[in-house]
Amino acid sequence: MRTTSRYRAAARMIAAIGVVSLVAACSGSGGAPGGGATGGAATGGYPDQNITFVVPFSAGGPTDTVTRMIAEPMAAKLGGKIVVQNVEGAGGTVGAGEVARAEPDGYTVLMHHIGMSTAPALYQNLGYKPLESFEMVGLVTEVPMTIVARKDFEPATLQDLVTYVKANANKVTLANAGIGAASHLCGLLFQTAAGVKLQEVPYEGTGPALTDLVGGQVDFMCDQTTNTSGQISAGEVKAYAVTTPERVKSLPDLPTTTEAGLPKLQVSVWHGLYVPKGTPQEVVQKLTEALKVALADQKVIDQMAKLGTAPVPAEDATPQAHRAKLEEQLGTWAKVIADAGVKAS
Amino acid sequence: MELLDNLALGFSTALLVQNVLYCFVGVLLGTAVGVLPGIGPTATVAMLLPITFNFEPVTALIMLAGIYYGAQYGGSTTAILINLPGESSAAVTALDGHEMARQGRAGAALAAAAIGSFIAGTVATVALAVAAPPLARVALQFGAADYFSLVLLGLIVSIALARGSALKALAMIALGVLLGTVGQDIYTGTPRFVFDQRELYGGIDFVSVAVGMFGVAEILRNLENEQTRTAVVSKVKNLWPTREDRRRIVGPILRGTGLGAALGVLPGGGHVLASFTSYAVEKRISKRQQEFGRGAIEGVAGPESANNAAAQTSFIPLLTLGLPAHPVMALMVGAFIVHGITPGPNVITDEPALFWGLIASMWIGNVLLVLLNLPLIGVWVRMLRIPYQVLFPMIILFAAIGTYSLGFNAYDVYAIVFFGILGYVLIKCGCEPAPLLLGFVLGPLLEENLRRALIISRGDASVFLTRPISAVLLALAVAALVVAALPTIRKRREIMFAEEE
Repeated sequence: MRTTSRYRAAARMIAAIGVVSLVAACSGSGGAPGGGATGGAATGGYPDQNITFVVPFSAGGPTDTVTRMIAEPMAAKLGGKIVVQNVEGAGGTVGAGEVARAEPDGYTVLMHHIGMSTAPALYQNLGYKPLESFEMVGLVTEVPMTIVARKDFEPATLQDLVTYVKANANKVTLANAGIGAASHLCGLLFQTAAGVKLQEVPYEGTGPALTDLVGGQVDFMCDQTTNTSGQISAGEVKAYAVTTPERVKSLPDLPTTTEAGLPKLQVSVWHGLYVPKGTPQEVVQKLTEALKVALADQKVIDQMAKLGTAPVPAEDATPQAHRAKLEEQLGTWAKVIADAGVKAS
Repeated sequence: MELLDNLALGFSTALLVQNVLYCFVGVLLGTAVGVLPGIGPTATVAMLLPITFNFEPVTALIMLAGIYYGAQYGGSTTAILINLPGESSAAVTALDGHEMARQGRAGAALAAAAIGSFIAGTVATVALAVAAPPLARVALQFGAADYFSLVLLGLIVSIALARGSALKALAMIALGVLLGTVGQDIYTGTPRFVFDQRELYGGIDFVSVAVGMFGVAEILRNLENEQTRTAVVSKVKNLWPTREDRRRIVGPILRGTGLGAALGVLPGGGHVLASFTSYAVEKRISKRQQEFGRGAIEGVAGPESANNAAAQTSFIPLLTLGLPAHPVMALMVGAFIVHGITPGPNVITDEPALFWGLIASMWIGNVLLVLLNLPLIGVWVRMLRIPYQVLFPMIILFAAIGTYSLGFNAYDVYAIVFFGILGYVLIKCGCEPAPLLLGFVLGPLLEENLRRALIISRGDASVFLTRPISAVLLALAVAALVVAALPTIRKRREIMFAEEE
């Protein structure tokens, strides 16, 4: 008898652990309020179940953070619930492939960044085609990038840097956060713009790369403001330029690449929302409208400002603008990547 | 005393009601996810990050930090009770901890882990308060070549993890290294051993390997016959460490703390080495070497202390330089930014209340963890009384949920089946899983740093000898090899002399 009751107590405890684990496993929904079935038949019934936002990168990264920021206001506008799911792997192609094969009903949505336009050049047998496998919902944000160096690196300006790396191409090291990472792409573009081939040093992620840059183990790299602005303002790294047409609010003294004399170096980590090809137009339209509402949300604007970025203008949060951007980027990167001879598979 | 002023400021911040409350919530959640195999602190912190957007910055960071070191605490529990480690450090704890549980000494093992973790946490917090900025500067001196030599030294020292046949141990390390190479090569992007499965590009997750090799294989072995099954369940001896136990764990705890605190500062993977190295050290200097692997309490106390000390000091690069040493730290960088604080060297001067408050909260968190964990020991131990036919399906269920939640990747779940069967076969062949995990964890680190060092030096291998840190570490590695080989050489020489006479 005693053992039975003990066993029950323990079983209850295990059940409790089970509940915790399930909650933990499912709490990816974040703070999305459960609007429930406010849609009704009048508005076509969408959404009448949870919408899954697939993030093809790890939880907590910049793309994941942006997704979770807009998920809440979007869910409120749509009158449904949005669950964020991180399907990682192979530079975002695992998650993108999964969404491409998903039911085109608007309940599986993909958030992807610049990697959507580089994957066809980097990966063989991708299993999907960016322009043909998806419907575009709209652009979300464009995160600027910065060119930074160890603080005792000789060149003082971007012009100096170009001259210096050309003269010392066999000595200079250019760090990046791994094949296909934004920092890798920006580094390739820098080499193309400057007309030089440098020794690249890949790292597994931005953290270790930046650590070695601050520690003076490598010479320079290009990465998102999200990752570099703290080190720049503290003077731990030397900054040369920001890679967007306009200066960044949080780093007002940093010139743009155009101002600093390397106008060909234009790159930003742009993000967009996708649904599988064949999703009904009215569903795409609803998602676009919800995206526009989320991007105009003051809270989203404030949170993005803290990440050193901003929502795209309303006219870019549309399928048309998104498609145009993707087409343009696919062309750019196909050439840059082919010229550099990079292959990920 | 500036330090005292700073600590006073820190404690006055950390002891605010809401901060203590969220510190408790953090360590409680951390313990829960640490106990559950698979659901690691990284996923938990990522999920809770958006919730903390509305908190005061210091409160948010206190809670997120609590999850991280709370998970280090909780991770040892399932490792000891059911041989199910959720992290590389807990795999070391499982070696002797689970043996102790089989002998009915689960309570003593859990207590040793909790006490060791508390002491380590306290000492490491003091180290953080006293010397964080200079330590971070030292850590930045480590380049790829130095990390290579450090990992090599760690690998050589840790071969002590194996017992029995040296050949089998080496074979297991080699197999582990091979498994560690699965996935996309970070330097060339070339996929290795992925068999065209895109899901394998990210490599095999450590949790899947550990859960399979330890947990599932153990279940298969237990199900083999009625006798071993009941043996796990029946006898639970004293719940607390005996006086003899307490005497035996003092040294390992102190050495583990020192070792872990030092290694944890290094952002390039020091915390991974901490528990392996501590175990190896304890085994080498112990008078009871034959007990290691058969339930030596030193083998639990040392690595657990090292692990917890490393978990605390790995905050040093983050707090003083804004450089994350670990995926959880990278998430904390995100938390800083969302709260409008730019992580970097300026935090300590611009936000002293936040910096010192966070440090003080770590000590408070450690107190809370001990208060939380010691009474729980009785509850955990009672879990062993659950009939095995009820317990093992639950273990498998939680293991499957946990590993799936790592990245919503079904391959992580397939992997626990594969490694469970592999682990069972290897046990049957008399091969140990521990050296395999050692190779799996350290192999990729070794390769990554070797190749990076050579890329930066343009193929000049002399960097390993010309960089002072690397040279010293390599010299230590050679010394370790000589010390290990000496007894054998001497013995052989004696035999030779004996034959000559």
